[in-house]
Amino acid sequence: MFRSVDDVTARLAETGYLASPAVATTVFLAARLGKPLLVEGPAGVGKTELAKAVAAITDARLIRLQCYEGVDESRALYEWNHAKQLLRITAGRDETWDQTRTDIFSEEFLLPRPLLAAIRGDDAKVLLIDEMDKADVEVEGLLLEVLSDFQVTVPELGTVTATRHPFVVLTSNASRELSEALRRRCLFLHIDFPDEELERRIVALKVPGLDEVLTASLVRVVGALRAMDLRKAPSVAETVDWARTLLALGADRLDEEVVRASLGVVLKHQEDVRAAAAKLDLDAV
Amino acid sequence: MSTPAHSTAATVPDRVTSLVRALRTHGIRIGTGESVDAARAVAVLGLADRDQLREGLAAALLHDRGQRAVFDPVFDLYFPRRVGAPGGDGPGDGARFEEKDFDRDGLRDRLAEALAASDRAAMAALAAEAVDGLGGYGSAPGSDGFSAQQTLERLRPQTLLARVRAALRAGGGESESGAFTDRVEADEIRRRIEDFRELVRAEARRRVAERRGTDEIARRMVVRTADRADFLYAGRSQLAELRRAVHPLARKLATRLAARRRRAARGHIDLRRTLRGSLSTGGVPMRPVLRRRRPARPELVLLCDVSGSVAGFANFTMLLVQALHDQFSRVRVFAFVNRVDEVTELIARGAADPEGLGGRITTEAAVTGWHGSSDYGGALTEFVERHAAALTSRSSVFVLGDARTNQMDPGLAALRRIARMARRTYWLNPEPRSQWDTGDSVAGAYGQIVPMYECRDARQLSALVGRLLPV
Ligand SMILES: Nc1ncnc2c1ncn2[C@@H]1O[C@H](COP(=O)(O)OP(=O)(O)OP(=O)(O)O)[C@@H](O)[C@H]1O
Ligand SMILES: [Mg+2]
Repeated sequence: MFRSVDDVTARLAETGYLASPAVATTVFLAARLGKPLLVEGPAGVGKTELAKAVAAITDARLIRLQCYEGVDESRALYEWNHAKQLLRITAGRDETWDQTRTDIFSEEFLLPRPLLAAIRGDDAKVLLIDEMDKADVEVEGLLLEVLSDFQVTVPELGTVTATRHPFVVLTSNASRELSEALRRRCLFLHIDFPDEELERRIVALKVPGLDEVLTASLVRVVGALRAMDLRKAPSVAETVDWARTLLALGADRLDEEVVRASLGVVLKHQEDVRAAAAKLDLDAV
Repeated sequence: MSTPAHSTAATVPDRVTSLVRALRTHGIRIGTGESVDAARAVAVLGLADRDQLREGLAAALLHDRGQRAVFDPVFDLYFPRRVGAPGGDGPGDGARFEEKDFDRDGLRDRLAEALAASDRAAMAALAAEAVDGLGGYGSAPGSDGFSAQQTLERLRPQTLLARVRAALRAGGGESESGAFTDRVEADEIRRRIEDFRELVRAEARRRVAERRGTDEIARRMVVRTADRADFLYAGRSQLAELRRAVHPLARKLATRLAARRRRAARGHIDLRRTLRGSLSTGGVPMRPVLRRRRPARPELVLLCDVSGSVAGFANFTMLLVQALHDQFSRVRVFAFVNRVDEVTELIARGAADPEGLGGRITTEAAVTGWHGSSDYGGALTEFVERHAAALTSRSSVFVLGDARTNQMDPGLAALRRIARMARRTYWLNPEPRSQWDTGDSVAGAYGQIVPMYECRDARQLSALVGRLLPV
């Protein structure tokens, strides 16, 4: 899949994802060892984006299971298409029940959900299980089963075994502790806020029109905000938004007025805005 | 080239095994599966790039972010900087430092430059040089060691702040003076200086390990994860790190409490009603009757000593409880030194500025009378007299403090009354158990009345809170 860690870095960069050495190394290793990758980190540091980028550079199909409270087997694994089955039953009135039954529990009436879809077929796939921490614990059990032998049993159809393992990425914001068993299955990657140099490059890539000196100042102020112990530290996504705002405002340098006018773009809570304004010596915001 | 002392013929697999063992002694659970992955990671990545090796091993061996603070220094010991780069010259044989005139000022000049340029590679090289020249102690080579603390005391990097700023100003370029970013500059430099201090610590550990054997040092190394930092000795930055951990920790605890609550709600078998019900089946208990729990959420009362060195502990716990407040029907927090005052409101407001919490309690609440040392007896008695209404049969009380009475009356009767009025009362003591009842501590006497637990760091606290908090 990849020749080296540098190969990962270079190819990710081509799709617009700038990976830190930690990210590139872990992706490379996950591909080589064939292990799922568990990615944790604060909101907006590029966890989801990473999975998409990996799919893009490996010409793989991205299959995404978006987790939420209450997601269950029928959403994650497969479901029978009941409506279609009913139609079929009514259509075939002169068959024996046995015939009908074999027929309605066949491929044609199966609705594969992400986990099943990811192990069927022999094209390359990236399976993204996004925001795993939002799902209930029961889903973890299901996942563990699928991830340990990459096979799924549909009682009426038999067992589907992957002929080609997907590259699996799980993401979590750690709002719930994932089970030890699931963690043990995975390689672990914590993506942190990027360092200054990397963040400057991300901004330059996403908001190419912004002046270089201004970009550097902006990244420094974001760094200071992150050190401030706020309720929600600004993420990369917010840095990029701020850069876009400054470009739209036509600002050519960072000054008190510009910061005061746009701080709300970077900080999402009013109390954070107030705390930051005090620390940055801004007059009332 | 002679074999460097530290790698005394240790093969890479051996080194991985030793690394795993050291991590385990520091409480990281690593199974055989992970060890195998670690070995495969080394095979796949090779040794050429030390950063890749570090990240790869971390990915294979760790399961959560907190473990990284343990992993990094241990990794540095087993894979010291030069090992990853064959051909780099090995470190000296350890007998290199003699009393030589060391150009401390020159080193400070170069450090100021590196800090201004934020040049990490240069900072690492200077850290090595500094430990070499300033950190050695003892005179006979071989009988002695290296001290990070001594290095830092002699070099005093923190005093370079003004110079680095001046250098940045003089350097012009991006930082025209009067720029908005001037406002964040001082903090940036402080963070870089803190990074440098950490580099010095790592270098000193590495040197000592060369002398005394890596395994020995790895085992005895004091790991500085914030959740293991002693509340009584935690420094400013550790307390800040702890405060940042409050919300994630609260979330974990909330999950745990919810699980306990669910379990409790399933109910216990009510023996009397089960038997009564069994009369209709000829005395055979066919249908167990479950005792339903009262749905009302419990009340929590915190009574905290906020004097001197125990203040950090009290403040952290207050923030944690505040973050958990929706788990309870009511949370009330009282603080004392020698007088008691309710600070519930201050804490609720303080969530936005947790750093200032300690300061606000001392300035805005009446916690001290005419002297400044803590008086447990006085405070407990005043609490019973003025705030007894806070205690109901639904409340759980946590008393926080080191039980050091300054030789005053401990007020045991008042604590007894509290214990009688509340549903549950616990005492959390931030001192190591071995120090209880020494000097003016009356931990033993209080511990006879209410259960007292040692609670020295955030890890112990969260375990206790998870176990003791009512659900
Ligand atoms: N290293 C990076 N290179 C390029 N873009 C990045 C990088 N990191 C973050 N981004 C940008 O940040 C945005 C947010 O990323 P993403 O949605 O993947 O975050 P996330 O970590 O999944 O957040 P959440 O936890 O909220 O789901 C993306 O749109 C992407 O443009
Ligand atoms: Mg996401």
